[in-house]
Amino acid sequence: MTHSEIDAIIDRYKGKESSILAILQDIQAKEKYLPKETLEHVGGRLRIPINKIYRIATFYRAFSLMPRGQHEVCVCMGTACHVRGAQRVLDQIKLGLGIRPGETTKDRNFTLETVNCLGVCAAGPVVAIDGQYFGKMSSAKVDGTLKKFSSDKKKKEGANGKA
Amino acid sequence: MVRLSSPQELGKYRDEILSKRNPDQSLITVCGGTGCHASGCHAVVDAFKKVLHEKASGNGIGLRVTGCHGFCERGPLVVIQPKKVFYQKVKPEDVPTIFQETVLNGKILEGLLYDHPVTGEKIISEEEVPFYQKQRRIIFGNNGNIDPTQIEDYLAVGGYQALAKALFSMKPEEIIREVKKANLRGRGGGGFPAGLKWEQCRNAPGNIKYVICNADEGDPGAYMDRSLLEGNPHSVLEGMIIGAFAIGSHEGYVYVRNEYPLAVENLGIAIRQAEEVGLLGKNILGSGFDFEVRVSRGGGAFVCGESTALMASIEGNVGEPRAKHIHTVISGLWDKPTNLNNVETWANVPVIINEGADWYGRIGTEGSKGTKIFSLVGKVNNTGLVEVPMGITLREIVYDIGGGIPDGKGFKAVQTGGPSGGCIPESMIDLPVDFDRLTEVGSMMGSGGMIVMDETTCMVDVAKYFMNFLKDESCGKCTSCREGTKRMHEILTEISEGRGKPEHIDLLEELGWVTMEASLCALGGTAPNPALSTIKYFRKEYEEHILNRRCPAKVCRALLHYRILSELCTACGRCAKVCPEKAITGIQKTKKEKGKPFEIDPVKCIQCGMCLETCKFDAVEVE
Repeated sequence: MTHSEIDAIIDRYKGKESSILAILQDIQAKEKYLPKETLEHVGGRLRIPINKIYRIATFYRAFSLMPRGQHEVCVCMGTACHVRGAQRVLDQIKLGLGIRPGETTKDRNFTLETVNCLGVCAAGPVVAIDGQYFGKMSSAKVDGTLKKFSSDKKKKEGANGKA
Repeated sequence: MVRLSSPQELGKYRDEILSKRNPDQSLITVCGGTGCHASGCHAVVDAFKKVLHEKASGNGIGLRVTGCHGFCERGPLVVIQPKKVFYQKVKPEDVPTIFQETVLNGKILEGLLYDHPVTGEKIISEEEVPFYQKQRRIIFGNNGNIDPTQIEDYLAVGGYQALAKALFSMKPEEIIREVKKANLRGRGGGGFPAGLKWEQCRNAPGNIKYVICNADEGDPGAYMDRSLLEGNPHSVLEGMIIGAFAIGSHEGYVYVRNEYPLAVENLGIAIRQAEEVGLLGKNILGSGFDFEVRVSRGGGAFVCGESTALMASIEGNVGEPRAKHIHTVISGLWDKPTNLNNVETWANVPVIINEGADWYGRIGTEGSKGTKIFSLVGKVNNTGLVEVPMGITLREIVYDIGGGIPDGKGFKAVQTGGPSGGCIPESMIDLPVDFDRLTEVGSMMGSGGMIVMDETTCMVDVAKYFMNFLKDESCGKCTSCREGTKRMHEILTEISEGRGKPEHIDLLEELGWVTMEASLCALGGTAPNPALSTIKYFRKEYEEHILNRRCPAKVCRALLHYRILSELCTACGRCAKVCPEKAITGIQKTKKEKGKPFEIDPVKCIQCGMCLETCKFDAVEVE
């Protein structure tokens, strides 16, 4: 992100210090993580010490300090999903991707996250991939669902290659 | 869009909207709640748009994407007006037929109707579905009738009438008196009387005061606030404006979870539209009263549902609670008097003003008036959102509305009140549900999550699950909560993994007591509840784990043993293919050979359960 892009976000909130959460959220949404340089720039503009910015960035789950994969796999661990077997679904995804929640695969294709509740309890267990909901999941369905996203990427690359 | 500057103009505008609408005209409504999104309502809406564009452009047939109807289990839901034909589990392929037969020819497609679960009879209208019959939908009812992104729809059903009444024919003190008389109690969990809070905030010294709507619905398994904000945001805004007028506040905030993007979007649209027509902002309806609302997005921290932590978060700090020696109604957001209520509480306000406290007081029990929206989820046939009068029994909710437990399994417990709540066992299923009775049995109302558990749910595992949640979500300020939840989680993990000791139960109770007594906020003060209530009602299950190293519900992985029953195994080999540890061996059958039953190597087995899920012949047994 360039400095002018960051400034545009800060200006949208009139440079108010209390809007720090909203500013970081907008950066996170665009960049998928909070790069160190960006945080330093935000701190400078808003006159907030960098330690306070890091305190906020590490307190809230919504923020990540590490670069993210192309696809975000988010497993709902809400109570309703839990009693319907969400743990087994998560275990299977961990096994399939070879990473733990919070981590990104080496090829940067997937980042695995858990969430406390997506509020789609009727469809539980739920997995959201890039905001798209997959309801009534089971460990048996995991591989097929993930494949949609890994081949997705390859297909695109193939198409680009031809063009 | 018009700008309304008097209650008369509001009335005229409503008449105008209604005169343009013909109640006998065909209208297709599709539920656009998040539950239906997950089951693919987008594709259904697109299919209807396509059909309307191709075959019916200009003949006045309407299409409306509404808020959540509540019956998420059966989504996507479609209702065809004016006859109110209720179709469930609609697929995009069904759309052309629905359009041709039902919309144009008025015929009913039996295959898409809901079957009565007992009689098997086909049910045509939504109201006759047993799921809705015992409900009393005074807050949630309009969700299915309006498009949340169109203020006209809310005005057409009588929206903002309560605001006009409050601004022009009531004094602020009268409004507070009415809310107090209705005995509206906070729906966010605490159950504190809203009218009393408003009065304290009004009387607090200072010119600048704030009102806040708490939409940081963090309890896992609860999503009623989300559906209200997504499906009927104006009802929440109307309540807030009335409250602000009564308190004397000119600035309000809605603090919404970041995990609810659609709620943020619909709320933003609602605020813009209300401002445009003069129902929000400067000089509301020409009354001289100003009120602005801003939206704050949360950052995914459970503790921010606590009022002081939430206020810290709006101020741009980390969400840590503070001691409430001075209550937030005196010194809250930016040290100014602040009144915070939850989404559902605010949505109750217009109803009370419109219908009056006497009418409202006739619903519910002695100490808890009105209705409560619960999210009925877990091991129950009809999952979804249900709005019931206070005082209804758990049995009515689980069996009459929820349709009982799936697959003929036995009912075990209901967990209410979110992570800080407790589990209510089967022996108490006739308990009337209201604020006080739930607290008496060691649980609480909370924000209204109701998670049904059956015989295959392990109570030690449930306690471990909640303690894991609470240990992650403890903000870390108080040692008792930070360390207490962590140690309790460790002990519960020991028990569930077969290393439990008899003295662990006493230790859990002791730790629970310390955590409860020594923590500052309600999160820590109630954190031991999941462990304590499960020990209280399901002690035997704990003892079974500790003394016999057995998990009766067959959930705790480390205590399970998988084996294949050779007499049932058809040697199809599916289980061996999915086993991640290659722990299953045997000879697969072919067209010529019969094959040999498969076996699991207990040393290699990691108890993942994939074989059990894959086997089509019930040949995998767990012990």
